[in-house]
Amino acid sequence: MPAKKAPARPRELLFGDLWEYDPAPESAEPYIDSRYGLFIDGKFTAPKSKKYFDAIAPRNGEKLSEIALANAADVDAAYAAAAKAFPSWSKLPGKERGKYLFRIARLLQDRAREFAVAETLDGGKPIKESRDFDLPMAAAHFFYHAGWADKLSYVTPGRTLLPLGVIGQVIPWNFPLLMLAWKIAPALATGNTVVLKPAETTSITALKFATILQQAGLPPGVVNIVTGAGETGAAVVNHATAAKIAFTGSTEVGKIIQRALAGTGKKLTLELGGKAANIVFEDAPLDQAVEGIVNGIFFNQGHVCCAGSRLLVQESVADLVIAKLKRRLQVLRVGDPLDKNTDVGAINSAEQLAKIKGLVASGVKEGAELHQPVCKLPGKGFYFPPSLFTNVTQSHRIAREEIFGPVLSILTFRTPEEAIEKANNTPYGLSAGVWTDKGSRILKMASELKAGVVWANTYNRFDPSSPFGGYKQSGFGREGGKHGLLDYAHLG
Amino acid sequence: MLSPMTAPALRRLLDEIGPVDAVGVEERVAKYTTRSIKKASKVFGLKLAVSMVDLTTLEGKDTPGKVASLCQKALSPHEGDVPRVAAVCVYPSMVKHAAKYVKGSGVKIASVATAFPSGQAPLKTRLAEVRHAVADGADEIDMVINRGAFLEGELALVQDEIAQVVEACGDATLKVILETSELEIYDNIRAASFLAMRVLRAGDFIKTSTGKTSGNATLGNNQVMIEAIRDFYLATGTEIAMKPAGGIRTAKQALQFLIAVKETLGDAWLNNARYRFGASSLLNDLLRQLETQRTGAYQAPYSFSDDSSGY
Amino acid sequence: MALKITKTPKCYVGGAFIRSESGRVYEIRSSSGEFFANIPRCTRKDLRNAVEAAAKAGAGWAKRTPYNRAQILYRLAEMLEARAPEMAEVTSDKEVRATIDRIVHFAGWADKYEQVLGSVNPVASPHFNFTVTESMGVVGILAPEEAPLLALMTLILPAITGGNSVVALGSYSAPYPSILLGEMLATSDLPGGVVNLLAGERKEMISTFATHEYLRAVAAVASQAEAVTLQQGAAESVKRVKIHDPKTDWFSGMHDSPYAIRDFVEAKTVWHPIGS
Repeated sequence: MPAKKAPARPRELLFGDLWEYDPAPESAEPYIDSRYGLFIDGKFTAPKSKKYFDAIAPRNGEKLSEIALANAADVDAAYAAAAKAFPSWSKLPGKERGKYLFRIARLLQDRAREFAVAETLDGGKPIKESRDFDLPMAAAHFFYHAGWADKLSYVTPGRTLLPLGVIGQVIPWNFPLLMLAWKIAPALATGNTVVLKPAETTSITALKFATILQQAGLPPGVVNIVTGAGETGAAVVNHATAAKIAFTGSTEVGKIIQRALAGTGKKLTLELGGKAANIVFEDAPLDQAVEGIVNGIFFNQGHVCCAGSRLLVQESVADLVIAKLKRRLQVLRVGDPLDKNTDVGAINSAEQLAKIKGLVASGVKEGAELHQPVCKLPGKGFYFPPSLFTNVTQSHRIAREEIFGPVLSILTFRTPEEAIEKANNTPYGLSAGVWTDKGSRILKMASELKAGVVWANTYNRFDPSSPFGGYKQSGFGREGGKHGLLDYAHLG
Repeated sequence: MLSPMTAPALRRLLDEIGPVDAVGVEERVAKYTTRSIKKASKVFGLKLAVSMVDLTTLEGKDTPGKVASLCQKALSPHEGDVPRVAAVCVYPSMVKHAAKYVKGSGVKIASVATAFPSGQAPLKTRLAEVRHAVADGADEIDMVINRGAFLEGELALVQDEIAQVVEACGDATLKVILETSELEIYDNIRAASFLAMRVLRAGDFIKTSTGKTSGNATLGNNQVMIEAIRDFYLATGTEIAMKPAGGIRTAKQALQFLIAVKETLGDAWLNNARYRFGASSLLNDLLRQLETQRTGAYQAPYSFSDDSSGY
Repeated sequence: MALKITKTPKCYVGGAFIRSESGRVYEIRSSSGEFFANIPRCTRKDLRNAVEAAAKAGAGWAKRTPYNRAQILYRLAEMLEARAPEMAEVTSDKEVRATIDRIVHFAGWADKYEQVLGSVNPVASPHFNFTVTESMGVVGILAPEEAPLLALMTLILPAITGGNSVVALGSYSAPYPSILLGEMLATSDLPGGVVNLLAGERKEMISTFATHEYLRAVAAVASQAEAVTLQQGAAESVKRVKIHDPKTDWFSGMHDSPYAIRDFVEAKTVWHPIGS
């Protein structure tokens, strides 16, 4: 049919309801107990505190389980068990230690779906993410580190890697099981034993993990799991038996821990917050850059320390990129994390939701322009729509403070120098992204950005073999690869 | 004659329209494969896909009898509440046979032309083939671009030939086959898409492949092309349609392609004036899944008439 | 008492179980002298076919992620562990145990050896310069008469861990472990053609191992005379040859090394400018 001249009307695409996806709830059983004790010396035990706290499902605010609250005496018992287990564990030939870790990896793979549902229920992230990212990656971490256990002499040629002793580990709520894997796998591979405290809003998969340790036949006391909130965490961090503390969480708490450990001789690694710049040049493959921006800030609802929370877009393509972003947001599905089609799930807690709302309000108040796609949020539970702020400058709170939510602050730049300046203009230094078609520019930007992880033409890619950690107030120490092992040992 | 200061045509075109990162594309399309389409939305998608099928037979051994049988299948794919397909797609010499069965029925006749699949013939004969097929009753023409000229860098020539085929089509709709397996990289596919779209009319198509090579439609090349269509529409207002062809054999795959359209182009492209599947065995798998949805029981392939296999 | 169904031993080649194209077999007897089985007596044509199979499978194997290769190797250990008693009957408990451990050891190298063998090089110019390893392709293996399981696997493991595919000739006098090994490889998720196990007389095949151009490397336990044959024959195709001493202690931990993998990988160094 011969075409007539295209009619003059505003050109936009219609992402409507012509073909709606029906609900697709995940139906696998998570097997969550109604009550969990602490896991000490290979057994579940009632807390000496005699207290329990509720585990709440962010998807609807309902109670999932009761979790034991560990007091100082409980933490003490955990450290005693870990100390008792240390001599024989550390003297086991590396290849035997490795075999336990291989078993753990395999068991996690076997029970991956069960754990993914539990993770989604307890933390709020979409089932698609726990199923396709958190669980496979956690198993991969155990598998990778299993293979190092008998190869430590290749990590430090000329020196011997010796275990430290008992490690106290405190992990956050954004990737509960994965953060547990990042902590436990290298600690065990190098011959240490562990006392680990999961975040109080996400204890369930850590406690289910204890059943895997039992199925794997791990010697009692090698891993101990104590649950609770700030006080329990302080008890773990301050315990005299700990040779090292490994902490992942907010910069604020990281500083408290660093102060507390002063003069104790304990080793410390911190993986803290971030305010990463995701830098897009005009010659970038733009649709893929938009996908990378979206992955960078809306993956896991933005509850990611390395989230690309500041988009630095070259001025000449800013309008185009922002238009593409807004269009892409229209097909992001926000809703019940148990639905297999949900892209953006629930915010982890009422507290975190309030923090996000507060910072977003500050952005509006300080004159940045807020854009949110039209989306229907569930009535119960904690939800926030994916949000973009344009006309943001370095002085805005939303450009300086970590929001830890699905909120992107968009700034512009003109030249590579300016991009680097703006990207580095922050006390944080965990990660950064660079999008350009030019190879030499990627390498130049990577060498100038003050960030522990630089993603070029990609974002939020992780691998057990790839070291992860930050500069400046994003912490110190690395996790993953040979570098990560060094932080769990001392050199003989 | 190019002056030494002028960059090659492809370079200049890519500078205008932007490059594509292959790994990034694969990551995006992987998300389509994890969508879970159930119940009513599945039935809607399956029926939509049936209505988008260009039921195809393109074999040296095609006869009027084969074409008759294909046309019957196109007109009534299966008993029950099942839509007709969009078109039958045949070689030029078979157009007049197809016309006997489907003319006026709403099912269109698409003819390949321009020395399909290689395109290696003089322009004059390629254009003559187009006019002949249209005269015999073809509503749509599926042409192939000059890949040799493209890979040599003669982009103006490639575009000019397409423009001449547009003219030869007259009122017939044109589908331009890029032959993605020969262009190989996504940058080339994006560039070829724009070359074609800039001389096409609203309602004309760009198409992935002839189905005659070992590399046909994939979610990746589909994505690159529909993104090009989207960018072109937003820049000019002209709506170009899309046809992935070859390699789509299962309903599951077809639904993934439709998810891609829904999330990239939106509702306006979810109809058979804007999207087609070049396929043959796909149809029976769509029907099989529809029947499964209707009865709740998995179906055997032999319950569905076998007039269309081969692609 | 019901009559036992005896197994027909066949060689694991191209993911399938085959007899020799020549139709020839040779007898092996049990330790008490009774007839045990007929083993395919492979020829250089079988070797040629196996190389084709290995070449076909090789590209896919090399392209798998290191993690995937690691998991497949680990699964091979799972398969051998599950049938350890059966394998121990034709070797020994000690040999089976050592083999399982070595497989697990190399499974653990698959996603790590790059971090030991590769490097980023601090060149004195504004270039990013890195060295990565790359598999060679198809590798030939000549295993010794003794330690028919452990030695065979000790030679095969570094090659396949490094992404190569392998054609191996096992022990002539004790071929049965290799037959069983083929069954375990077949159930380990290893793609067919990555490992191909031949049986038969070394002297009939050694010069083909040496001269076949598509075999990019050969590792052999060889006498001095055999070493000369291999090294001379290899020269025409500039094949990489690694000779192992027949007196090697296969149980030694010296074999658990990423440098064994180095024998079967190339090193590629890439330069790229760093600049705006």
